[in-house]
Amino acid sequence: MSEPLLSVRHLRVSFTMDEGLVRAVDGTSFDVQPGQVLGVVGESGCGKSVTMRAILQLVEKPGRITSGSIRFRRRDSAESIDLAQLAPRGAEMRDIRGAEIALIPQEPMAAFSPVHTVGDQIIEAILLHGHRWREKGRKLTRADARDITVGLFRDVGISMPEQRVDAYSWQLSGGLRQRAMIAMALSCKPRLLIADEPTTAIDVTTQAQVLALLRDLQARYDTAIIFITHDLGVIAQMASYVVVMYLGRVMEEGPVDEIFHAPKHPYTRALLRSIPSLYGATRVALPVISGALPHPFNRPPGCPFHPRCPDAMPHCSAAVPSLQPVGTTQLASCFLHHDIADPS
Amino acid sequence: MSDALLEVRGLQKFFPITHGFFQRVVGHVRAVDGVDFTLKEGETLGLVGESGCGKTTASRCILRAIDPTGGKILYRTKSGKVVDLATLPQGALLPLRAEIQMIFQDPFGSLNPRMTLLDNVGEPLLVNGMKNRRERADRVAELLRLVGLRPEFMHRFPHAFSGGQRQRIGIARALATNPRLVVADEPVSALDVSIQAQVLNLLLELQAKFKLTFLFVAHDLSVVRHISDRIAVMYVGQLVELAPTGEIFRQPQHPYTAALMRAVPAADPRVRTADGILGGEVPSPAAPPSGCYFHPRCRHATERCRTEAPALREVAPGHFSRCHFAGEMKF
Repeated sequence: MSEPLLSVRHLRVSFTMDEGLVRAVDGTSFDVQPGQVLGVVGESGCGKSVTMRAILQLVEKPGRITSGSIRFRRRDSAESIDLAQLAPRGAEMRDIRGAEIALIPQEPMAAFSPVHTVGDQIIEAILLHGHRWREKGRKLTRADARDITVGLFRDVGISMPEQRVDAYSWQLSGGLRQRAMIAMALSCKPRLLIADEPTTAIDVTTQAQVLALLRDLQARYDTAIIFITHDLGVIAQMASYVVVMYLGRVMEEGPVDEIFHAPKHPYTRALLRSIPSLYGATRVALPVISGALPHPFNRPPGCPFHPRCPDAMPHCSAAVPSLQPVGTTQLASCFLHHDIADPS
Repeated sequence: MSDALLEVRGLQKFFPITHGFFQRVVGHVRAVDGVDFTLKEGETLGLVGESGCGKTTASRCILRAIDPTGGKILYRTKSGKVVDLATLPQGALLPLRAEIQMIFQDPFGSLNPRMTLLDNVGEPLLVNGMKNRRERADRVAELLRLVGLRPEFMHRFPHAFSGGQRQRIGIARALATNPRLVVADEPVSALDVSIQAQVLNLLLELQAKFKLTFLFVAHDLSVVRHISDRIAVMYVGQLVELAPTGEIFRQPQHPYTAALMRAVPAADPRVRTADGILGGEVPSPAAPPSGCYFHPRCRHATERCRTEAPALREVAPGHFSRCHFAGEMKF
């Protein structure tokens, strides 16, 4: 396998609250290969969104990255740099943010400014990272940026792009707004696109359109995508490699087919069993994961899943299992498969 | 109307669009325009559709949280009398409120944060004449136990509970008055996957125990399929298809239903669900298209669909569709 585009190692992000320390991300590691669609699944509070914000250095106060590294290979550079070491407001981070790593947020309504046209907001981004589009010796003008935006709108399947460029976000439907957001994310030809629940707020037929669009764009531009969702159906259809997170830790990772057909971690297995399918028996009790997600101030000791785990052993509450290879393609952090614990 | 608990006929709800200083009415949003179904006692009817299709408005009309513009909502009361909820005056409606209850979508917004569980869950009891606080506390304890919460929790406030627990509290409150009909509007869509299954199981269990009748409003087809005996599909304010769950999934008789089912991403990477994506967008209920509302997005549309509005008709026993070609074509 080639060198990864992004490599997150032992990342920890904590929020210092009045009530105590919340360890939102607690030793997460994963890689993103160039051109790969990586699916990240997990329930609320599993740290998936915070991890992504950490990659972009957008963790808000009182949160901060406490340890770990986020190595990213920049365009035109053989050496990778550690994003976790960069100043969040520094020139280099600002140059990467939006231009090399772009984000599609969950709520396109909240992400666009309501007092500027969507076109203006995309033009601004293009002008800001103008050197990515500039041909030799020619300065990128506003008119050029507008043409690029119209072209992008056409690419993402917005009809009447010349008119829609001048629309405000509240004049667009949910599907169009999300398409405009995708156009904005792609405006500087990023090498890595982070899509944080991009279809959660939209309807199922529109979701199908947006997913098809993302798949098509990914193939065309060969952009790597980190696709975050809690919807296992979306993951199965979009991702080639899947990371399953629970309470800030990676429970299991592997190729999509193995995750769905040969899950190794009890949490992945339970999660897959508990979703009602379009084919199974109806009106029967679903297998459930007992208990509830623990409160963030109340992290269980040892393996974070052990209080809800059907296969928990005494050992599980004493030590934290580390992420280790299971079989040839998967990794899992579970004492059922190995007995290697995390130091600390 | 033999064994039906609820019979909805030609339900309509229009919201006026006003304009200018004098608030002149310039048009109407036809939020619900033609919904017909019956609910048998003890069954679950799933009402599905995308946002803006009128499913929530229709369910609110049935609860008379809003007054319908037209149509009939015939309800058979405990004493066996049939009343029309659509036109019943508020005074006559009051005793029926205990029989028809609602479970809300948002477990964070639907409980009063300043009231303990005892007061939150006990309020419907108080309204319905249970004045004695000790008596109420006993009933609330019983209800909490029923939904899988510890009775000691009744002196705590809602903020102390997780989303799944709050939804259980909401269910306990809905059951407080021993209702016969429960309208559940997206009761699990705000919950995490692992919690969703717990709440679905609870609803099934309670239904069996108390012979409840559910109107289950949701947008997630796999959830609706799991819990419903029959499924009704809405599009732009109209009911476009109604059939038993197994039947509608085996052989949808409306192209919109078929497209909706194809759009659900299968939770299996070996099943690819990319083909047959529905193009276009849902039309505005303020200015619906001519003829069949679905024709601009339908790949089978003909001239007839553009001009002539189809009626809801029975294409097979118990299987209704609002499509000219239902029964003749495979969608």
